Amino acid sequence: MHKANISEERKKYLRSILIKKVSIKLTQIAIIIAFIVAWEVLAKKEIIDSFITSRPSRILETFINLSRNQLLMHLGVTCKETIIGFLLGTSIGIFVAIILWWSDFLSKVAEPFLVVLNSLPKVALGPIIIIWVGAGTGAIIVMGLAISLIVTIMEILNGFLETDKEKIKMAQTFNCSKLQLLTKIVIPANISTFINSLKINIGLTLVGVITGEFLVSKAGLGYLIVYGGQVFQLDLVMTGVIILATMATVLYGSVVLIEKLLSRTHKFG
Amino acid sequence: MEDLLKICKISKKYQAKNGEVDALKDISFEVKQGEFVSIIGPSGCGKSTLLSIIAGLEDKNSGTLYIDGEESSGISPKIGYMLQKDSLLEWRNIYKNVIFGLEIRKINTPENRKYVEELLKKYHLYEFKDKYPSQLSGGMRQRVALIRTLAIRPKILLLDEAFSALDYQTRLMVTKDIYEIIRNENVTTLMVTHDISEAISMSDRIVVLSKRPATVKTILDINFEMEVRNPLSVRESPKFSKYFDNIWKELDVNA
Repeated sequence: MHKANISEERKKYLRSILIKKVSIKLTQIAIIIAFIVAWEVLAKKEIIDSFITSRPSRILETFINLSRNQLLMHLGVTCKETIIGFLLGTSIGIFVAIILWWSDFLSKVAEPFLVVLNSLPKVALGPIIIIWVGAGTGAIIVMGLAISLIVTIMEILNGFLETDKEKIKMAQTFNCSKLQLLTKIVIPANISTFINSLKINIGLTLVGVITGEFLVSKAGLGYLIVYGGQVFQLDLVMTGVIILATMATVLYGSVVLIEKLLSRTHKFG
Repeated sequence: MEDLLKICKISKKYQAKNGEVDALKDISFEVKQGEFVSIIGPSGCGKSTLLSIIAGLEDKNSGTLYIDGEESSGISPKIGYMLQKDSLLEWRNIYKNVIFGLEIRKINTPENRKYVEELLKKYHLYEFKDKYPSQLSGGMRQRVALIRTLAIRPKILLLDEAFSALDYQTRLMVTKDIYEIIRNENVTTLMVTHDISEAISMSDRIVVLSKRPATVKTILDINFEMEVRNPLSVRESPKFSKYFDNIWKELDVNA
């Protein structure tokens, strides 16, 4: 990469790409700033009712207040529940998908059940879960699991079943066993399926955990939001939502980071 | 010379939900040690099925198969099977791809690895051993796939339309490369193809199959009486077009 070797046209082209990239970022930042400023100004001039809409300065205040006492605790609770639910959902999902891939008979038998369970709104299971597991962290984790598990199974099973038939045939010409087929062809060929499923899973588990916290909890961001709503403290609700959005972004970002690290050491199709 | 592969009255019926299909009917022929035999037939006649049966990937309904004098059923360790697509595993480097069969068959011994390295060196792939399949050209990938098949030291090599996924020019070059490797290593080969020129240019004998249910229509000896034969040079021989006409008539294609 010698700068001297770059032609004028190339420089122009590179500059135009950079300008486009920067202007997209700037516009995005400008939208957020404009939104926050408009919100604050409109609330201050009492054009909108800040009792119902809250306002940025009060959200910031609530955030600072919360940080002093309990924010970290609430954040920690939701984070812990999400990560446990996510890990459980992913590992149980992969395990079940492997069993269903292994036995064509079982997967055919399981198909209608999976379809029904997948389309059932999992919130409806809330009361059952609470009664069976007990009102507490357990029920919330199970809720997260209920929402993410079926999707994981279906996503991974589909990936497994769509593994390149030619590669499978090639392995069979070497008289390969079913276990070898799984470990040497099907799993390595599906690394990108796993990554995709992680990406979907982290979001879904969070949905489940917040739903669970709405239904039954004494702590967590979901609890904070519901509590804020009940006492008509919109400042608290808005703060909770913003923290939740940030947390969701960070969790998704860490999955993307794992993907980047994996693709550096591992070639996948 | 002894028959390395003997096929006796092999028949195959397919059971489908909407009925039975007769694919192969009483197919018999032999392949001798060191020979290169091609199977040619109209498309859809069951050529590839026959190869799958010989490889042990599919069951036959009747008939017997002798490999190296022994009756064979199931996947035989004496057979190497090369498919139409190279099916290299993109997450393994070239070296790991080549020893894939050794790993699966659990014969990844230092001796076999040494043999693989020799093959890679001999056929100009050794310097690419740490590269990944996506970094190689189509022709090189096909050579890697052949070495992967040869690594398990098969007595008989089966080629199933092994070049048909390549464009024409690459195909001519790859045919020449592969032919040289096969002749060098003195591997007995049975190839299925729908390409008449390809069959003539490589084979010692050609088995012509009929339409479905496939039977052996004729077996043709190919002899160019050349000192140094290769798939490109024989195309210039006057005998080439005679063989071509002959097979074309036997195939009796009605489009």
